[in-house]
Amino acid sequence: MRFSAQLLALVVLLALLAAVPPLAELLKQPFYLELFRRIMIFAIAALSLNLILGYGGMISFGHAVYLGVGAYAVGVLAHYGITNGWLQWALAIGASAVVAAAIGAVSIRTSGIYFIMITLAFSQMLYYLGISIEEFGGDDGMRLPKKSQFPGLIDLDNPVAFYYLVLAILIAFLYLGHRLVNSRFGMVIRAAKANEPRTRAIGFSPYPYRLAAFVIAGAMGGLAGALLVNQTVFLTPEFMNWTRSGELMFMVILGGVATTAGPVLGAAVLLLLEDLLAGWTQHWQLILGPLLVLSVLFFRRGLAGIFSRDHG
Amino acid sequence: MILVIEQALNGLQLGVMLFLLAAGLTLVFGIMNLVNLAHGSLYMVGAYLWVAFAQLTGSYVLGVVLALAGALVVGMLVEIIALRTLYERDHLDQVLATFGLILFFNELVAILWGRSALYTSAPSWLSGHVELFGDLRYPAYRLATIAVGLAVAALLWYVVARTRLGMLVRAGASNRTMVAALGVNIRLLYTVVFGFGAALAGLAGLMAGPIYVVEPGMGEQVLIQVFVVIVVGGIGSIRGAFAGALIVGMVDTLGRAFLKPALATIWSPVVADTAGPALASMLIYLLMAIVLALRPEGLFPARA
Repeated sequence: MRFSAQLLALVVLLALLAAVPPLAELLKQPFYLELFRRIMIFAIAALSLNLILGYGGMISFGHAVYLGVGAYAVGVLAHYGITNGWLQWALAIGASAVVAAAIGAVSIRTSGIYFIMITLAFSQMLYYLGISIEEFGGDDGMRLPKKSQFPGLIDLDNPVAFYYLVLAILIAFLYLGHRLVNSRFGMVIRAAKANEPRTRAIGFSPYPYRLAAFVIAGAMGGLAGALLVNQTVFLTPEFMNWTRSGELMFMVILGGVATTAGPVLGAAVLLLLEDLLAGWTQHWQLILGPLLVLSVLFFRRGLAGIFSRDHG
Repeated sequence: MILVIEQALNGLQLGVMLFLLAAGLTLVFGIMNLVNLAHGSLYMVGAYLWVAFAQLTGSYVLGVVLALAGALVVGMLVEIIALRTLYERDHLDQVLATFGLILFFNELVAILWGRSALYTSAPSWLSGHVELFGDLRYPAYRLATIAVGLAVAALLWYVVARTRLGMLVRAGASNRTMVAALGVNIRLLYTVVFGFGAALAGLAGLMAGPIYVVEPGMGEQVLIQVFVVIVVGGIGSIRGAFAGALIVGMVDTLGRAFLKPALATIWSPVVADTAGPALASMLIYLLMAIVLALRPEGLFPARA
């Protein structure tokens, strides 16, 4: 099986992630728990983007929107005193799916550069909407009064429990994503990316399939947003800033487009690199920027490409 | 009525500035098939170079000339060092690489000039107001930017439509292989076009300096508006960029000025207070979405 080396890498990676809490405890460095939880949350978002960008060839430049919608769904409910986690997260997923359906319905009619631009435009629209709603803090953002409550099940205020919950969701999504792209549905998505006329010729209209993938990716992104706001305990429109969308795209590309492990690797490397450079110099973006340029120019297959010779 | 005319002039001024940026971006896209997110960085570089050179020489005009030359050189260097290899790549790679350039330029500017915003003012001979007609007094500096922008637009039309360079540019846009086969140094042509696009962006930046603020990251805000402009106008078309820029400039300015009072007459003032500013800042993106949904090629598509 040609994915075997990659699968092994993924298993090792997840095992390492699972080992972080005891190690952080041992080394008395709770900071790393936070950092890796953050990495995993972004890995979930990047994973959902990879579904449409990597497998579907839909270059969405507005994927951070769903982080924002998910976060606002949790934040707004909490603002009105509804702290039930099930309700909050269901709304995060549902609202993101609705937003994705609306954005997708318009954007998927276009392609190429127009698709990039229109997804960017929609994300800017929601960004400015977030900025202009004073009730929820406007551009200052607002504090999450209380983390999502799952009474009797899990306490998100316990950092280790929260960490393993994020890890479990990540693993579940990795599995789901893998099943999805290898299903009949996923085949149509990938076929439409590879050759749209032929896909039509064998009797598939790509539009509904693409839209469905877009909505699924949005919903997954929404859950990542719900996790992110519980991580930061703070909510700002910056969650859906377009630079955030750019970072998510970078994670996907850096890790390896249309690979299972890619988004996790990409998120880990990008965020660790940011953390490393930021600890080293205040002007870390001066180094990160050219590194990103170089990685695009010379490192086209991404990190996961190292593990697989045969790259679909 | 006075207010409407004044706001319309503001809209025109914004539109003209957006056009200076959009012209370079749309040419680079139309000819080299390159999506350049770092175009906004060149706008920022133009503004900062102007501030630096104007301080150095003590003269506004000299500062402008040197800043334009500087933006031209920076643009050509960026093209030669980083962007040249991207022409054959897909849009995704281009978006990401130029995104990396943005991070680099923002940080470089922050190191050289600091993170805080610089407030600059127009030169004394442009600082007053001009009496247009009736009671309408309009800032001379804004009027001057409109005049400069329109003049550059006319010049650009002349260069593209009537000169040999323009002919090569148009030919390169429709079939670059053929142009190269006819013995034109297409790489040099690309570098020159990119450089001039950068100079136009720099011009927009240095003119924007006294009106807004000069700060790291100033390019991104405007860049996304410029993307709206070229998508509305039709990517690759200068005519479209001009029309798109004026439409976006007007819609944005008039929306911000009049949407709230207009909503207040329909709904309650309370609703208008919340919905007005929100809707106003979303208006141009809404416009873009509608245009793309109805006419995916933009209003004035470039002829293939």
